Amino acid sequence: MVKMIVCMKQVPMASELPWDAKTGTLRRDLSDGMMNPACKNALEAALTIKQHCGGHITAVTMGPPMAEEILREAIAMGADRCLMLSDRAMAGADTNVTSFTLARAVEIFCADSDLILAGCHTTDSETAQVGPQLAEELGVPVVTYADELEVKGRSVRIRRVSDNFLETLEAELPCLVTVNTHAFKPRYVALSGLQDAFGETNILTVSASDLGLDPETIGIKGSPTKILDVYAPRAEKQNIVLKGAPKRIVENLFERFDTMIGGIIRKDIEREGRG
Amino acid sequence: MVTAKSEIWVFGDYRNYFQNRVTLQLISRATDLARPLNATVCTTVFGCNTDEWVGEYIAHGAQKVYLVEDESLKNYSSDRYVTLMERLARQYRPEIILVGATSFGREFAPRVAKRLGTGLTADCVGLDVDDDGLLVQTAPAFGGNLLTKIVTPHKRPQMATVRPGVFREIPHNYEATGEIVRVPLPKDLPADRIRITGYEHRPPLTQKLEDAAVVVCGGRGMGGKAKFKNLFELARLLGGEVGATRPVVYAQWADEDTLVGQADRHIRPKVLFSFGISGAIQHTAGIIDAGFIIAVNKNPNAPMMKMADVAIVADANQVCLALIKELRKRLRG
Repeated sequence: MVKMIVCMKQVPMASELPWDAKTGTLRRDLSDGMMNPACKNALEAALTIKQHCGGHITAVTMGPPMAEEILREAIAMGADRCLMLSDRAMAGADTNVTSFTLARAVEIFCADSDLILAGCHTTDSETAQVGPQLAEELGVPVVTYADELEVKGRSVRIRRVSDNFLETLEAELPCLVTVNTHAFKPRYVALSGLQDAFGETNILTVSASDLGLDPETIGIKGSPTKILDVYAPRAEKQNIVLKGAPKRIVENLFERFDTMIGGIIRKDIEREGRG
Repeated sequence: MVTAKSEIWVFGDYRNYFQNRVTLQLISRATDLARPLNATVCTTVFGCNTDEWVGEYIAHGAQKVYLVEDESLKNYSSDRYVTLMERLARQYRPEIILVGATSFGREFAPRVAKRLGTGLTADCVGLDVDDDGLLVQTAPAFGGNLLTKIVTPHKRPQMATVRPGVFREIPHNYEATGEIVRVPLPKDLPADRIRITGYEHRPPLTQKLEDAAVVVCGGRGMGGKAKFKNLFELARLLGGEVGATRPVVYAQWADEDTLVGQADRHIRPKVLFSFGISGAIQHTAGIIDAGFIIAVNKNPNAPMMKMADVAIVADANQVCLALIKELRKRLRG
């Protein structure tokens, strides 16, 4: 019986991001949320281990109240219980403070866990930092970007590709592993399962004070990093639109840019009599 | 007034040295940052028989190398390297630590930042120093659709990871000299908690794509495997390399080592030709640093077309063929 924790995050649904056409920025307030894809793979890894070795899975997330949706999805997939960290004071946390907050919750509500799983990175901020930092907070070894994962007795065996090396690694439990996006394809959840999960009450919601945390040490206030500015890049693009027959388009392209392109490829592609 | 000269550290990530130039690229950027800060550019090297890398880092601009050499460090292990880096940083107090966002660096840097209780910005595409001497870290979010400027105002060191290919290395100068600070292996360095039971070198993917001045990228809009091959001819004529999106690689129109995107290769060509690519964030995150972008797509509203300098509304393969024809005509003369 392996006691597992799966850390997950709700992220905006990438394929349906509402863009502000004028400014080119994301209307995050309008976007639908979903379970971060890699987190789903991590949950699938936990479910696979549970099938083989027996186990108990706690899904944990930190976020606004709407993030509870992904915990219900986790229950529909097979998680046994959920922990929801939600508090205004937690908002705006960077990875350092996020891992700090998660660790305190794990220590209080999921003490003596064997295996902590997380997605290798999220699709919104993509830092891939919370997993390794949570391991540091909990004082357990960590392996990131696992492609294969197997629990045998009190140890875990991992295979991954790291900088052109195929590594096979072993560690004693407890251990934290982040799961690659290519590994552990998540199972399909039937609609009825999702509906049942929305009647489920096995979700414990926890605030900063439940964790005994000073609001000054968490969220945006406690974060070592500060965001100065968020902006849409590449506003300077000329965005010249060319249409018509391919032959004409190509002639037009070379008429305008032959010198520039020729300069970069270090070949003369200008028409004779020019340049 | 500070008494000792401040230091900028670059983690010496020498595994796959000939493919992985990110340490050299960071030494180069650190050299730019060191000027306004009047700081020393340093590298840390942990391992066994590392003379070659120490020499290379000095030749590429490192003024000082902190070297921990021991037989027991020959395994490239994040567990022990993290502890070493933590201890060195506590002892010598660098102002900034830069780490390449290799697989290793991604595991290593967050742990070091956590132990030192400081901030870390992932995958920076820009590093600058502001008027107050703070490191301004520019990082993409939402697959490069947004950029954020981040600082670590109070905690030290200020830490950032950077993907390979973002900065340009300084040409080597074997006349350059640097100070080597040999640090003995701490006797109480904890043993590795991770055992390596298998370690197999995979043939390195070429670095060509990252270094190419011209990249021709293709997506599903090329229309098929045979048509996709036309991109290779176009790339040949342009002296460039071919890149591909994930769906194309899944469909086996192109090899995996052509993959360009968020979790794959980050390229920065001077000219990028993008054929039949809609511009999903997973892909565009990898091309955020491309110079001049020429995109071809039937859909004028595709995100890729919006981020292009020239957006060509047409069939991707038709335009590719027309370009090949025109280039052959012009290059003959």
